[in-house]
Amino acid sequence: MDAVWVALSLSLKVAGWATALNIVLGISVGYFLARTRFFGRDVLDTLLTLPMVMPPTVLGYYLLVLMGRRSTFGAWLYDSFGINLIFTWQGAVIAATVVAFPLVFKPARAAFEAVDSELEQAARVLGVSELAIFFRVTLPLAWRGILAGVLLAFARALGEFGATLMVAGSIPGKTQTLSIAVYEAVQAGKDGTANMLVVITSIVCVVVLLTASRLAPGRVSERSR
Amino acid sequence: MFLDVDLSKTMRSGKREFHLHLNYASSSDRLVVLGPSGSGKSLLLQMIAGLLKPDRGYLKLAGRTLFDHTQGINLTPQQRQVAFLFQNYALFPHLSVRQNIAFSLHHGLFNPRPKMISKTVDYWLETFALEPVQHQRPHELSGGQRQRTALARALVTEPRALLLDEPFSALDPDLRIHMRKELRQLQERLAVPLILITHDVEDVQVFAEQTLCLKDGQMDLERQQLIQACSTLNPIKKPEPVTDSGF
Repeated sequence: MDAVWVALSLSLKVAGWATALNIVLGISVGYFLARTRFFGRDVLDTLLTLPMVMPPTVLGYYLLVLMGRRSTFGAWLYDSFGINLIFTWQGAVIAATVVAFPLVFKPARAAFEAVDSELEQAARVLGVSELAIFFRVTLPLAWRGILAGVLLAFARALGEFGATLMVAGSIPGKTQTLSIAVYEAVQAGKDGTANMLVVITSIVCVVVLLTASRLAPGRVSERSR
Repeated sequence: MFLDVDLSKTMRSGKREFHLHLNYASSSDRLVVLGPSGSGKSLLLQMIAGLLKPDRGYLKLAGRTLFDHTQGINLTPQQRQVAFLFQNYALFPHLSVRQNIAFSLHHGLFNPRPKMISKTVDYWLETFALEPVQHQRPHELSGGQRQRTALARALVTEPRALLLDEPFSALDPDLRIHMRKELRQLQERLAVPLILITHDVEDVQVFAEQTLCLKDGQMDLERQQLIQACSTLNPIKKPEPVTDSGF
């Protein structure tokens, strides 16, 4: 029974961190892609969307190779900072972040593109600084679209299995998240634990989806425009 | 000299190219730029406001150099201290009338609170008869109220010049006549220099002390002479004293 709650809290911790990272990264990248024009913008957009369509195990393998101590990047991380991400919950966070990233930056880009740039110009002429314009005009007009994506990303991160298993493994109490625990429980024939885990996961997912659909941009235009 | 420009700008859209070349100076406080759509008048206004960078030349407004290619001067829109009235007003849809007007008075990364206290804002709400709708959002306003809100928001900054982009084209004909009169009286009272761009000759008759006619990105000399000839025949009358509400 305890194992169930350990797995749930670990899942929430991993998904929470992944979502926090994605809020910062997804909003920045989404804004950047919406407001700048450069050669190769579409290629970059496609590359960043890849995690959504690639099999999670393939993605996990890439991450394993990249962060493992045999790679240049992984060796540099370990030698300079003593950081090892493989088989740690932080590694699971990285895996969940990468997998869920397109779900944040795609809607964020669309939401920023939908903001009338004339409003930003009006604010500019009124003497308001660029940073203030972002927080006072652009973000308030785009946040609903962004938030819907953020909630979906949270749900995706919570359910992450393949890439997490590749990068962080399945260490009970350390890296064994809810979805991995379900698999392990079924493999071990612990039907009671499996049932419990499945019900909890389903409830969390339904709640997240309901919230996301309430915040979907379509409803905004009816209510507050 | 109120406005002194010598500007070149080339715009490209696909295979089409548009060249704007203009050398013009005006000492008038009320300048109307007249031209059909596609004549480059909006581009000129955007360049004055700093929203569009000219390729070459210089731009002086009310004694300040806002842009000079050779000296490498290009003030940001924030530094230019002009007010811009957009054709569709560009009111912030997520803020109330009161917050819209207070927008530029409030510094920092947050918007003014809905019930913020400010004598300046109260003054402008009163001037434009916007007190009853001060807590409403722009989409709940009538066309005239929207324009007044946009004007109040622009004038709060105490600008050195007021730039108006086709200010009456979004209004229906009756309201257009009324708002024209209202704006003319306001300009007289505040003595704020004004540059208005339009395709409507009526605006010239009401506002222009001087008129600049544009066509295909250049000065339209033929029309310029015609307008000048007309204005010497019928000099513009001073606005009639205020009779109706609003001021």
